[in-house]
Amino acid sequence: MIQLHQVSKRFDTGLLAVAAVDLRVEASEIVAVIGPSGCGKSTILRLIAGLEKPSSGSVDVAGHQVRGPDRSVGIVFQEPRLMPWLTVERNVSFGLDHDDQSGGLVAEAIGRVGLTGFADALPRQLSGGMAQRTAIARALVTKPPVLLLDEPFSSLDAFTRIDLQQHLLEVWGWYRPTMFLVTHDIDEALTLADRVIVLTGQPGSIQVEIDVDLARPRSRTDPGFHSFQDLAMTELSRSSQGRTDPAQVPGSPSRAPSS
Amino acid sequence: MTRLAVRSPRDQVDPGVGVPEANRRRWTPRWATGLIVPFAVLAIWELGAVIGVISTRLIPPPSTIGATIYDLAASGDLLGHSVTTTWRVLAGFVLGATVATVLGAATGVSERFQALFDPTLQSLRNIPSIAWTPLFILWFGIFETSKVLMIALGVFFPVYLTFSGAIASVDRGLVEVGRVYGFGRTTLIRRILLPASLPTYWIGLRNGLGLGWMFVVAAEFLGASQGLGYLLVDGQQTGRPAVIISSIVMFALLGKITDRLLVSAGARLTGWQDGYIRETRS
Repeated sequence: MIQLHQVSKRFDTGLLAVAAVDLRVEASEIVAVIGPSGCGKSTILRLIAGLEKPSSGSVDVAGHQVRGPDRSVGIVFQEPRLMPWLTVERNVSFGLDHDDQSGGLVAEAIGRVGLTGFADALPRQLSGGMAQRTAIARALVTKPPVLLLDEPFSSLDAFTRIDLQQHLLEVWGWYRPTMFLVTHDIDEALTLADRVIVLTGQPGSIQVEIDVDLARPRSRTDPGFHSFQDLAMTELSRSSQGRTDPAQVPGSPSRAPSS
Repeated sequence: MTRLAVRSPRDQVDPGVGVPEANRRRWTPRWATGLIVPFAVLAIWELGAVIGVISTRLIPPPSTIGATIYDLAASGDLLGHSVTTTWRVLAGFVLGATVATVLGAATGVSERFQALFDPTLQSLRNIPSIAWTPLFILWFGIFETSKVLMIALGVFFPVYLTFSGAIASVDRGLVEVGRVYGFGRTTLIRRILLPASLPTYWIGLRNGLGLGWMFVVAAEFLGASQGLGYLLVDGQQTGRPAVIISSIVMFALLGKITDRLLVSAGARLTGWQDGYIRETRS
């Protein structure tokens, strides 16, 4: 569904944010990207979204090269980015061409994130969690086959975060979109994703991929979950220590946990 | 069930301090508190005139001013002057604000347009607008045109500067949401930039209107035969301070009324704002 081939991104400032990234996300797969801050994980997401253009390499979504933002890709940003002058309902329908014709879709999206009854509320009346749910509903309203999430829950408190992670899994169960999630929260990545990609920073490149073959629903108290936590933590701390020696990860970039 | 509580010394507020304060506030609401000083001044002023401490020839007491306003109103003169002045302010305001809105939107949205026009406008801004008056009179004559244009010029700058600044500082995150949906430039302006900058724009309009009232005085000082500004000059030349003060009172009143109207129109449009407009209303 998403395919990056030898993608590099150098900004006008000269900073090489992403270097030669190869990445493939299958349809209906949930992939999480973790890495130290400034490792280019958000840049990769923005390249897939069409908000940035790659300096070299190609980004394909659903078999077509990405040339700019597209309705088949929904995005949830770190901040809700709601229009403060519009109600929840009008925010959710914001990107639709004919608001009146899609009342059913809007109501469905609002229902899917558990905001039924708040359709007429203004953003200033919402809690942080509710605002972010509205943002998710806005991204979902066209049922885009690809959903990109850029640290969507990182500014929320722990309880709300876990609650919204469950909502996100329910959304996935609804129509099984391909999800690409950028996060700095290992637990979040392991709870949600089929596959976790660990990036190493400056320039961003893939250090290792972890297949999270844990049964769903996943429990954070499960011993299997712990071994994945350990593995991800080890990889992440190696990644924050700078560029890894490629020899340390022999053969396939993807590897299963040792336990 | 056991309840645990930790109380730091800072949390312990002596209830005796807070309660009377709250009671006092309930007995005299804030608007009433604000009237104490002006009424006291008026009373002392009147008293001073009655006992002869204040020279009534130069400083007429409030009762004389009230009587003057009443006489002016009864003869219909006050209405005539007020209507003339208000008309000039509104005409200049509409003209100045319209041009400012169009240019402000253009420079706020388009970097090219900004590079082209903003430096010029920014440097013209440094000229005190009243300095243009003699030139305007030469160009446009002494009658209505030059007056309305003077006021329009005074209104233009605050509205233009506030509006172009407001558009340029709209949250980039919101603009990016528009990009995600593939909005073109006009859709972006209509659906994101204008609504997002509306509250700040409205503050610019209020500042512009305030300056409009300021400029009408300057415009009417110079060769007017009608208007509250003319009444000021007339009062000075005929040695009637009560007329001057009556005119000042009318300026205050009309300025306040038009500002209120603008605020309540804006409150309806920007009610979504998080308590911002409401706090700056009065």
